[in-house]
Amino acid sequence: MIAAAIPPFSPNLVQDLVEILSHDFMRNAFMAGGCIAVAAGLVGYFVVLRNQVFTSDALGHVAFTGGLGGLIIGLPLLPSVFGSTILSALAIGSLGGRERGRDVAIGTVFAWVLGLGVFFLSIYTTLRSGASGVVGVTVLFGSILTLTTSQAAVAAAAGLLTSLALLVICRPLLFAAIDPEVAVTRGVHVRFVTLAFLVLVGATVAEAVQAVGALLIFGLLVTPAAIAQNMTARPYVGLLLAAGLSITFVWFGLVLGFYISYPVSFFVVGLSFAAYVLSTLLTRRRPAAATAT
Amino acid sequence: MTPSTDIGPSWDLLADLQLLLQYHFMQNALIVGTIVAVLGGAIGYLIVLRGQSFAAHMLSQVGFPGAAGAVLVHVSPVLGLLVFCVGAALGISVFGTRLGGGGRRESAAVGSILAFSLGLGLLFFRLFSGSAQAIYAFLFGTILGIDDKDVLVALVTAAVCLAALAFMFRPMVFASIDPAVADAKGVPVRLLSVVFLLLVAVTVAETVQIVGTLLIFALMVAPGAAAQRMTSRPYRALGTSVLLAVVVTWAGLAVAYFTGYPVGFFITTFAFAIYLLTRAAPTLARIARPGLTPALGAAR
Amino acid sequence: MAIAAQTGHRMRDSAPVQPGLPPAVQLQNAGIDLGGRYIWRSVDLEVAPGEFVAILGPNGAGKSTLLKAILGVLPLSEGAISVFGKPVRRGNDAVGYLPQRRNFDADLRVRAVDLVRLGLDGASWGMPLPFLSRFMAGPAARARRVDAVIEMVGAEAYANRPIGELSGGEQQRILIAQALVSGARMLVLDEPLDSLDLNNQQAISGLVQRICSESGVTVLLVAHDINPILPYVDQVVYVAQGQVVSGAPAEVIRTETLSRLYGTPVEVLRTTDGRVIVVGQNEPVSYHAHDAEH
Repeated sequence: MIAAAIPPFSPNLVQDLVEILSHDFMRNAFMAGGCIAVAAGLVGYFVVLRNQVFTSDALGHVAFTGGLGGLIIGLPLLPSVFGSTILSALAIGSLGGRERGRDVAIGTVFAWVLGLGVFFLSIYTTLRSGASGVVGVTVLFGSILTLTTSQAAVAAAAGLLTSLALLVICRPLLFAAIDPEVAVTRGVHVRFVTLAFLVLVGATVAEAVQAVGALLIFGLLVTPAAIAQNMTARPYVGLLLAAGLSITFVWFGLVLGFYISYPVSFFVVGLSFAAYVLSTLLTRRRPAAATAT
Repeated sequence: MTPSTDIGPSWDLLADLQLLLQYHFMQNALIVGTIVAVLGGAIGYLIVLRGQSFAAHMLSQVGFPGAAGAVLVHVSPVLGLLVFCVGAALGISVFGTRLGGGGRRESAAVGSILAFSLGLGLLFFRLFSGSAQAIYAFLFGTILGIDDKDVLVALVTAAVCLAALAFMFRPMVFASIDPAVADAKGVPVRLLSVVFLLLVAVTVAETVQIVGTLLIFALMVAPGAAAQRMTSRPYRALGTSVLLAVVVTWAGLAVAYFTGYPVGFFITTFAFAIYLLTRAAPTLARIARPGLTPALGAAR
Repeated sequence: MAIAAQTGHRMRDSAPVQPGLPPAVQLQNAGIDLGGRYIWRSVDLEVAPGEFVAILGPNGAGKSTLLKAILGVLPLSEGAISVFGKPVRRGNDAVGYLPQRRNFDADLRVRAVDLVRLGLDGASWGMPLPFLSRFMAGPAARARRVDAVIEMVGAEAYANRPIGELSGGEQQRILIAQALVSGARMLVLDEPLDSLDLNNQQAISGLVQRICSESGVTVLLVAHDINPILPYVDQVVYVAQGQVVSGAPAEVIRTETLSRLYGTPVEVLRTTDGRVIVVGQNEPVSYHAHDAEH
């Protein structure tokens, strides 16, 4: 939590901003949070489009379990998280199959993964008593305000790389997502693009563990994208909108967390959820009638 | 939490069973476990049929902030749990639009509500400075600390839910596999969808206190998924699902009793193992009898 | 059905063939083997540019397989195949494809026009910037092409709506636009009239025929019922029993031809009101609503 010696919020917004950014930890948080948010928004647009929200939730749990597993065998946290999410993403990608069958498969697997994770947590607790509970909570909910500059830089770089990679594949990915049969005939490498996308989801989840945590990252993946798709049916506009919304929620959440000593993650998901409800109510359509031929 | 393991299991299953049943808490655990397994397995079949595993997962987790928030305002946590679960079920129904459940909008809604409720949970948790133990208990429940009153409540809840389920099972199956036609035939598809989710919410709210969020989800999905792969007749699949759920629960409880490790882990592992078996079965059959040529275009 | 009486079905007198050009599609002694069994083999087929070809046959006979071979998605196991004189390949801009029964989710939030655009550049890496078309020649030309093809199919009114909200007939027009947008000289349609009502069937058939005759686009259309397209068809390709038979409609849908094709006695019957029914001993009944000669 933040120390008590913070000047109160003043009507002069610029001055407030300067004050906020004068703190190291806030600068780090803005940098890391911003880049991760952009990645999450971009990747998340396709997660929602391809109806793979459950998968990204599952990967969040994998991050938890993988991270803890790595810690138990003595590996550092971040590589374990990255390794386990990307490997899982590849495994899920090679599953293929119909949507429903896959959903259940993922659900079963990751219920087990979560159980494994808590099992690891209990082992880790007995191995290294004291800090154990904190590790678990940190991985689940993040601690964006305690990032060192180097940690923040790594997170920011990862976020930017992920964003770039997504922008490179976004067109074939869109094609493969909504029209795979024709995409194949038009020369799109559907399998490759699908796999690459899942790897990007895994990477986004992993890199967000420190910032907003494994449990809440999929809120950043899903909600801004859902809002964007409520508001527009233009894919590239929606893509950029999702990224923009995501970064807005994170930065506003940080500002709120600065002045009000509640967890930042809560503000971030709270803002995004409020916006989501608003956008759904405002764009209420008649429920899709049975398509007239 | 678990008894001493100086009395180990033996190959004499009858003796093992007597060992298991000698303590009252184990008796309760087995009874309640069976009740929860039956309910979970039954509802789970429909959840899998409708492709709403994600919604079920979400409902099993959304109780956490409800309970935490209730504690903050000095209300019974069980009430908070129930309110949040039911609220979330209604939320999904409002935001999701597809007739038969599942789909893009519903997933997005489920994900958003879940993320928000977890964020709320975090907030409440920090506010009343809970401990990691509390999270642990929420995740895994306290099945080994059940008293007789809890058993009764579980029994009553299960009875009511199962009765409701039996009543709507047939139209529910129809509405799940062919919503457009069912709708045309006068089945209240939308109403059933909402009622079903509410049923799931109530089931979860009651059972989560006992077996924890993790377990109820595993019991609701894995046995149902395995059963669906084993047979495509609805009633048979329902029965299989319940049976599998009960089997893994007993097995998990027994193993946990004798090894001292968490019950939840074993139950989920066994459930998962059974599901894996059903997935691997066609491949195994082909290895066992290589002469069989698979039917061209056979669905997976 | 009353339609036959109205239009008095007659076949095209001559196909609009341009001499000297390579055939749109040519198969020589072609065969495809999937999972140990031949779908069809020893197939010789030639389609001239600008022809309107109907591909018929019972379910599972291999019609879609034939299309996939032409699209370069499924390689031949034996024989040769070429499209416009060149070997088949995926991503061939000259060939536009409409797969069977594509249904877009009602809650898919992507515009119809975007779907058409993907047919043009969906395989390119990188992201198009929405405002570029105002400043740069390349993107502007592409945007114009999309608009032109949408106009050609008559879908201007609803092109900006999400694809999932369109009716079946509207979606089909958009999908035809998508198939054409890359400058296709051949349109391959797999049962495009399947789920449409009669009016839409006629409208879409008419649209396809107009594209064929006005732009010289070769059309390969897989159908279950030849009736809606019979007035336009130059060549019928009948796929059954591992063989492919082609010729004018009157030649192919005859007792002798189909008996030879199936290898068992098959009768082609004409009802009093001109409908054609194919009856075989062990085969499912294949129903063709109207005969050419009438």
